[in-house]
Amino acid sequence: MSAPAVMHYRTPIGHTEKGYIMIKKAFYGLSTPQLNYEILPPHLPPTEQLPAPQKITLYHPKDNDYKVPAALAIGDSVRTGQKLALYPDEKHYVISPISGRITALSPFTGDFGKNFAAITIARDDSEAVDETFRENIQTPSFELLSDYLVGAPGAPPLETLANSNGNIKTILIRGLDPDPMVDTSQYIAQSRMQDLKKGIHILKEVTSVQDVVLFTAGETVQGYGHIGARVAGVKTRYPAALPPMVMKDVLGQILPAGKTCEDLGVCFFSAEAVISIGSAFESGQVPTAKTLTFIKKDGTRKIFETCIGTPIRYILEAYGETVNEYDRIILGGPMTGSAIYALDHPVGPDTDAVIVVDRDKAAYASDYPCINCGECIRICPAKIQVNMLVRFLEANQYEEAADSYDLYSCIDCGLCSYVCVSKIPILQYIKLAKYELERAKTSEAANA
Amino acid sequence: MLEKRDMLEQQIPLSQKKLIVSHAPFFHNGSSITERSYHTMLAALPALFMGLYHYGIPALGVVCLSISSAIIWELVINLVTKRTITIGDGNAAWLGMLFAMLVPATMPWWAVITGTFIVIVIGKQIFGGIGSNAFHPVALALAMMMLSWGYLLDFDAALLNYDLEFATVYPLAAAKYYGAASTDAFNLTDLLMGRQLGGPGATFGLGLIIGGIYLMLRGFIRWEISLTFLAGIYLTATVFNLFNPAQFAPPAFHLLTGYTLIGAFFLATEDSSSPVNFVPMLIYGAAGGIMTVLIRNIGAWVDGVILAILVINLISPLLDKIRPPALGKVE
Repeated sequence: MSAPAVMHYRTPIGHTEKGYIMIKKAFYGLSTPQLNYEILPPHLPPTEQLPAPQKITLYHPKDNDYKVPAALAIGDSVRTGQKLALYPDEKHYVISPISGRITALSPFTGDFGKNFAAITIARDDSEAVDETFRENIQTPSFELLSDYLVGAPGAPPLETLANSNGNIKTILIRGLDPDPMVDTSQYIAQSRMQDLKKGIHILKEVTSVQDVVLFTAGETVQGYGHIGARVAGVKTRYPAALPPMVMKDVLGQILPAGKTCEDLGVCFFSAEAVISIGSAFESGQVPTAKTLTFIKKDGTRKIFETCIGTPIRYILEAYGETVNEYDRIILGGPMTGSAIYALDHPVGPDTDAVIVVDRDKAAYASDYPCINCGECIRICPAKIQVNMLVRFLEANQYEEAADSYDLYSCIDCGLCSYVCVSKIPILQYIKLAKYELERAKTSEAANA
Repeated sequence: MLEKRDMLEQQIPLSQKKLIVSHAPFFHNGSSITERSYHTMLAALPALFMGLYHYGIPALGVVCLSISSAIIWELVINLVTKRTITIGDGNAAWLGMLFAMLVPATMPWWAVITGTFIVIVIGKQIFGGIGSNAFHPVALALAMMMLSWGYLLDFDAALLNYDLEFATVYPLAAAKYYGAASTDAFNLTDLLMGRQLGGPGATFGLGLIIGGIYLMLRGFIRWEISLTFLAGIYLTATVFNLFNPAQFAPPAFHLLTGYTLIGAFFLATEDSSSPVNFVPMLIYGAAGGIMTVLIRNIGAWVDGVILAILVINLISPLLDKIRPPALGKVE
């Protein structure tokens, strides 16, 4: 009897029992439950392309409330590939994936209070293409990348790179998605190797970073010869592809509690981000087609391309997936993704997966107390005393949790919540605690 | 004209489906407290059935009364404290069943109800309910009953009127008061097959071992605790036996009598009152085994399991301080 944890490509994941969509724990509980990354077959089907919808929405990041009048207005016409900035001299921007007219501008608040302006564009038949990027591609520079590719598919972390003041010594390219069941990075890294190679070349050219490492599932490492980067394999068991674990396994560096990878001079790129850079210079156009894994209610999976800004509703309709009241829609993977509340929510540059979970199959949290069974401690990759930590977090004692119970060692993998017998939303408590502590620190600094 | 249309569009359409937003992760491995309780009860059934076979209807009466009164006490506390009704999780039923497995089949009704009151109200709910109890509720209840109504738990006296096809002497009492030679009357196969005096669920060694192995394999109890508990008993009893074979019973006798097996698999392993880290679990189990034999051989009580478990429950939080450093811990 083996753990039914390994899934096959495009076959149902887990199964339904007692109302949970899950990869059930093995019958023999002595072996710790495993969530495995699935290795894609070497020959992949070509990517399906979803035609661009009539109307798309782009989330333009906003730092704070500007007093200046907006540089964009409803009714403005936009060209494909045109850079749209909400204000003059604004460093944030979005790139329009279609040509048409702006039909709506509205504020949008994302997770943890991040502010955006939602720019809705209705497509017309003008097919006008913006050529400003193409005019500059002969001389690749970091500024050119920053000016056009921040919102490209895969969301290249160019701002992080720019803000590091040359501290970044290593770029790690993710050829394996951090979440199980999400195949996007693996698929795209395998199927678009030429663009990946070109992207790596350009990254090395325009940044001072010379150590570029592509990591992927251990067994598939041989597939990436002559890519222009060091290739490293990671284990196929979640959370081996989460940044702190990759730091440990690939670079041999243990991330000190409370530090970020950037503090240690390491920056993570998704394979898709590098491919976007490569294909932008190959084709002369800023890429706007986002590859994503779509997981339906019955667990079947599909990989396709759609343009950034496509509303989730459009994808659901295109693939005939019905959503009922109180279902859940998750952007990102099952372990680290986030649920959305409206079907009009668009695909963003970092949306690697869309998961639809039936209300009867969703995992519900409970208000039961911790029974001290120790499952979380045995599965925690960071060796945190989760049973103690959660007691402090439930009592809002965040500082004590950080000082004595290793809150900042947590790598946010969510395995504790996954195995919790009492179904305590442990990861939610942890994220909240980190957020509250950060907020307290910021307001202290502001009042000092 | 355009603006007006946009304003309309920004309103949420009536057909908008409500979605549930929750925090990651969105999957769960399907484990639950109910599952744990019922599988633990299932694992205890073979041993209990043997007890029912030997002690008949009175034992069945005690079991039924104990389970039902435990559930009722839990419900009463839920209602009085105005908290969520928790009788559905099976924990109260399991504790009631475990209590009945440990007491003589002839225990009077009022003592059973008082016992489950101590189990549920004093042992569990006063501390804050499931997961918060520092001691195993049943071990605590039995210790209090032993101090308050010791004669009710004297198996020789309580089961005096039974006519069974095996020696109707409580083995541990015989060993304590008549020396190791008296243990010759009990052969190990009889002890293993439940042909000995004791609690209805505590005597059938083979059944308890099968149940324990099932629970260990399923991961509902930890092998680290159970096996070191048994090892602690075996080794300590061996040392005593080598030291004075005439006075102290051989180790195999200690393993198969009294509450040893039910203690190793069903009492010491209780989640809330036992440690969770690897090394602490080993120390915890071994300490329980050593304490048990010390109490049996040189202490005042006939069986040491209950008191030994209360002692190790007490040191459990302290033991859990022995833990590996967290990832990237900054000193």
